[in-house]
Amino acid sequence: MKRTVFRNRWLPYALIAPQLAVTIAFFFWPAFDSLRLSLYRASPFGDRLIFIGLANFQRLLADPAYFRSVATSFVFSALVTFVGLAVALLLASLANAKIRGLAIYRTLLLWPYGIAPAVAGVIWMFVFHPSFGVLPYLLSFVTAYQFNWFLKGWVALVLIVVAAIWKQFGYNLAFYLAGLQAIPGSVLEAASVDGAGPIRRFFAITFPLLSPVTFFLFTLNMTFSFFDTFGLVHAVTQGGPGDATSILVFRAWKDGFEGLQLGYSAAQSVILMLLVVALTAAQFRFAEKKVTY
Amino acid sequence: MAATSRVASAGAVATAELAGHLPAARRRDMSGVIAHAILVASVVVLAFPLYYAFVISTQTLDEVTSLPPKLVPSTHMLQNYADAWVRAKMGRLLLNSAIVALAVAFGKIAISLLSAFAIVYFNFRGKQVVFWMIFITLMLPVPVRIVSTYQVVSVLGWVDTYWGLTVPLLASATGTFLFRQYYQTIPDSLAEAAQLDGAGPLRFLWSFLLPLSKANIAALFVILFVYGWNDYLWPLIVTNSPEMRTAVIGIDSLIPRTSQLPEWNVAMAAAMMVLLPPVVVIVVMQRWFVKGLIETEK
Amino acid sequence: MKRSTVSVLVAVVLLAALPATSRAATEIQFWHAMTSVLGERVGEMAAKFNASQSDYVVKAVHKGSYPETLTAAVAAYRAKQPPHIVQVYEVGTQTMLSSGAVYPVYQLMKDHGVAMDWNDLIGPVKSYYSTGGNLYSMAFNSSTPILFYNKDLFKKAGLPDKAPTTWDEVESMAKKLHGAGVKCAFSSGWPSWVLVENMHGYHDQPFADHANGFDGLATTLKINGPFGVKMMEILARGAKEGWFTYGGRLNKAEALMTAGECGIFTTSSAYIGNLTRASEGKFTWGTGSLPRLSGFPQGNSIIGGATLWVMKGAKPEEYKGVAQFFKYVASTENQAWWAGVTGYLPLTNAAAKALEASGHYAKNPNQKTAVSQMNTGKTTPNSQGIRLGNFTSIRDAIEEQMENIFSGAKTPKQGLDDAVAKSSEILKEFAALYK
Repeated sequence: MKRTVFRNRWLPYALIAPQLAVTIAFFFWPAFDSLRLSLYRASPFGDRLIFIGLANFQRLLADPAYFRSVATSFVFSALVTFVGLAVALLLASLANAKIRGLAIYRTLLLWPYGIAPAVAGVIWMFVFHPSFGVLPYLLSFVTAYQFNWFLKGWVALVLIVVAAIWKQFGYNLAFYLAGLQAIPGSVLEAASVDGAGPIRRFFAITFPLLSPVTFFLFTLNMTFSFFDTFGLVHAVTQGGPGDATSILVFRAWKDGFEGLQLGYSAAQSVILMLLVVALTAAQFRFAEKKVTY
Repeated sequence: MAATSRVASAGAVATAELAGHLPAARRRDMSGVIAHAILVASVVVLAFPLYYAFVISTQTLDEVTSLPPKLVPSTHMLQNYADAWVRAKMGRLLLNSAIVALAVAFGKIAISLLSAFAIVYFNFRGKQVVFWMIFITLMLPVPVRIVSTYQVVSVLGWVDTYWGLTVPLLASATGTFLFRQYYQTIPDSLAEAAQLDGAGPLRFLWSFLLPLSKANIAALFVILFVYGWNDYLWPLIVTNSPEMRTAVIGIDSLIPRTSQLPEWNVAMAAAMMVLLPPVVVIVVMQRWFVKGLIETEK
Repeated sequence: MKRSTVSVLVAVVLLAALPATSRAATEIQFWHAMTSVLGERVGEMAAKFNASQSDYVVKAVHKGSYPETLTAAVAAYRAKQPPHIVQVYEVGTQTMLSSGAVYPVYQLMKDHGVAMDWNDLIGPVKSYYSTGGNLYSMAFNSSTPILFYNKDLFKKAGLPDKAPTTWDEVESMAKKLHGAGVKCAFSSGWPSWVLVENMHGYHDQPFADHANGFDGLATTLKINGPFGVKMMEILARGAKEGWFTYGGRLNKAEALMTAGECGIFTTSSAYIGNLTRASEGKFTWGTGSLPRLSGFPQGNSIIGGATLWVMKGAKPEEYKGVAQFFKYVASTENQAWWAGVTGYLPLTNAAAKALEASGHYAKNPNQKTAVSQMNTGKTTPNSQGIRLGNFTSIRDAIEEQMENIFSGAKTPKQGLDDAVAKSSEILKEFAALYK
């Protein structure tokens, strides 16, 4: 690719300097330091720093509570991603027709993106409130079961899943709608002429053609639910009741900033790092292989 | 990276669709009526919790704690909002959030523009290394390095300051990446013509590239503003004093917990005040917002 | 220039000059975690001290919750800019003691020639924060758990207006309340602190080895002995039969009492302030001492709350100011005022007597409950306090197992054994730091 290049010795360095400076100081240095700190046992005030090799990791991997947290994170992310995408796809399919005003609908669907997960959590906290919330009130007509998220772990988990899906929903729906509208009508027409019913057409043609969008939304929702939902958990459940909503990122924060066990928390961060790298790698692998265009 | 550009182009097409410019005939089995019904229902379901929160924010304490829940706004709105404003010192909190959001948005745009320009239009030693360094930052979000970033900030003495709140958020290079992708699509002839005219690199950047980048800048602005405004984990860690907290974490003191009175009306008033600015930015700048979402996708 | 302009300019200059003169006084940074009414009182205490002299200005800064305030102090210390005084919750005591970052209070007062009658401190407060008879941190807001009961619900269940004094009474009264349709017959805030830590001290039972950590770093908990198991069996039975409602960790359960749903409730005496405000016009309530379990000796309840620690790294003249501030805070007059407006325990016996004499306790009998409870108890090695490293994580571990016991997932003995095992691991981690 021919590229017009300016000849200047020092200018490019000056131009990239700010970005590099900030990135080195606040990304690379902390990332390496996290790796380093995870190999130490550190006292809160910094007066003791003892090298212990992989002991922090051994402690984590031997702790059933940590595995519960891993499970909770995966369950949470799976629910947010799969339920969120499935419902969005279903509704988008049903709403996919030649209509006017899509731009208006788009605006009306995308605005929840601007709500912080924590604020979404606060709103849903009240909707779910065992004593005053509208949801338990309505459910009380159907069953006597106490949907008290203060005490019942699974209810608390449902609460944060709902708040997270709600926040992401319009976004997922908008993208699926756009993806569906981009599918040429001729392809589907040809299929129906061939005798394929609507469901068959969906799974044989529509869904594969939507794979870029699905893939994109899948990655986005997974990343969001693993990391950006910290605020949601911190504001609403604080990881409880018990450790029912103690997702990995929340645990890492808690052990480091409340328990003041810095090395132990850094080890958890390192594991999270590996998780992200694995996710990103899988993302690209999968993209090259399965996504059909 | 091929994947991302393919997704980007699929998304670009999708945007065009969303914008209402539908191509040739769309024949499906569902009628337009059902489509409208579904979309309207989705909008209503999405909006309901917000509406409910708004209603709560206008009620008195007694109304909040009584069942069945009322779904029509009540009369106590001004008192609740004033209450929330005073008790959580919302004025200061909103100011802090605005400072962080704007500083992150403008700061990131500025340094990304410059570094993307350098990467695309110059050849210099270490260019590939720099590029990869920047690319890697896309992979590790803040929560993964909180303890160490905090240590760096505290050694700098930036804990509980605006510097500490904003600068670390500039570290990841999403903006640089975005502008780089964009600059690579600009025809070489433009730069050649500028050089022939005697324009130096900076002049080229200022007079030619910048105006062309307006759409991308707007897109990035919306994404970054919302990100900076809504960021939770980092402000929580790096600030201690109530005056330095941002709005999303500052309202924590108003959320009724345990032994306090269940003043959800005041809490919802605060929530409404906090969510309004980023939502307004999205609504007003929605065209660029959609563009930005597709192009950044991270 | 117009006369009005000149006068405005003069006023501006004078106003600008005013802060400058008070800035000449030495500033003392005091970081605390008190919110709303209590936070205002802290500010008032500092303001009164500042007004009483002109050499020092204490700046009381709210830094967040207890854990957040501690983390902030840690970060500041590491950045070599620590506050002079930081309020740390009792759970952080061992962390502070082991840190090497503190200036012990007894040393501070001695070095600056401020005489304090250490013997007048009320027993449990003194013992918790002393090592070798010397006070390391300044007691500031101490509370102890007591029992609260909802008089209206008692009437509804046909119970006499009298607080239960034994666990047998709690059980029988709670059963009656439950039978009368009360949603939460008995519950408790701070489950581990009240029902495990305090119950052990209250009955002179050891909570951890090495005299609860006072005779050296503790290595294991002792809560799975016969006493601990018996306590949990009562509560597990209550949970199963429905007369004990588990309300969550920390003080989450207080919401139930605040809502007027609980008949009998145990939690920190510091809850009095909030309950008074919340119950006004809604229901009436009373207090009593913690219930006793028969067949076990008399100990004492344990202090909770927080103390003020002095951080190293400041200048000598600033420490002088800190010493003066502490002297001010500990004076009988100020202690009586502080305890009176907050409901916390008065630091000294002299202050308690002053409150009695002024009729304050006659007007606020509920505030006296905690003091009386402490005075009737016996301070023994098992009830002087608890010092554990990583105590936050340990409390978490205990409460997690308590939840398992109350939900029926584990038997009391099993749950307690698991709590002991998990805690031992946490304690080992801490001890390994200071080998």
